[in-house]
Amino acid sequence: MAVSILHRASGDGLAIVGACLFLWWLGAIATGPEAYAAFVACIWHDPSPEITLFHQITNILGKVVLIGLTWAFFQHLFSGLRHLVLDTGAGYELKTNKLWSTVVIAAGVFATAATWLYIMAGAL
Amino acid sequence: MGDGSHLGKVRGLGSSGHGSQHWLQQRLTALGNILLVGFLFVSLIRLPLGDHGAVLRWATNPMVALALILMVVSVFWHLRLGLQVLIEDYVHGPMRLLALVLLNFYAIGGAAYGIFTIARIALAPVVAGPGGM
Repeated sequence: MAVSILHRASGDGLAIVGACLFLWWLGAIATGPEAYAAFVACIWHDPSPEITLFHQITNILGKVVLIGLTWAFFQHLFSGLRHLVLDTGAGYELKTNKLWSTVVIAAGVFATAATWLYIMAGAL
Repeated sequence: MGDGSHLGKVRGLGSSGHGSQHWLQQRLTALGNILLVGFLFVSLIRLPLGDHGAVLRWATNPMVALALILMVVSVFWHLRLGLQVLIEDYVHGPMRLLALVLLNFYAIGGAAYGIFTIARIALAPVVAGPGGM
């Protein structure tokens, strides 16, 4: 049951926040280097020495949203794969069902942590 | 059609007949998403995302542009189906119709913007001199 509601919640997050952020990113690439730099300065890191309060907030918010989207991506991927298996009629025995529900949630958190450790290791 | 009661309005009409199609399309686009969003995810991890030139070189590769366009189609189709179920579960009465209309605007408009932008990136002249286009 928890996995089911997480599937919906992560899917809605990806569908609205994820898709809009992706379109914003595409638009910034197409517009040119200045627009792209402004996009990066807004959601990731503003290199300006006199960084505005607005960008200080959006730099933190952007990272929170990106980590959230990473989790939503893995959670939705893994619980979606679980749904595809359940569609075949397999995995409804109580013990099996409970085991894979737990595995799906753990794998989502683990993959998110692994991804961001990899990103931060590259940034250092 | 009956006397206007909830049951009377639907009695004899049968199901809309689109349920299994919706179900199947949700799964087929899910398979497309695994491949195509997986490709985007690996690319995002490997790209130097702060470097506009590097991202542009990646996005102008014809195979990348093709994969991105396919991804936009698969993702926006999938999210339209998923958000439709969300609306049908939680939005009732006349608001439901409005919500479904807005959903179609979002899904089709977003996909069109995405595809057009990818094409614009891929087909833009490499060197845009002053006054040239």
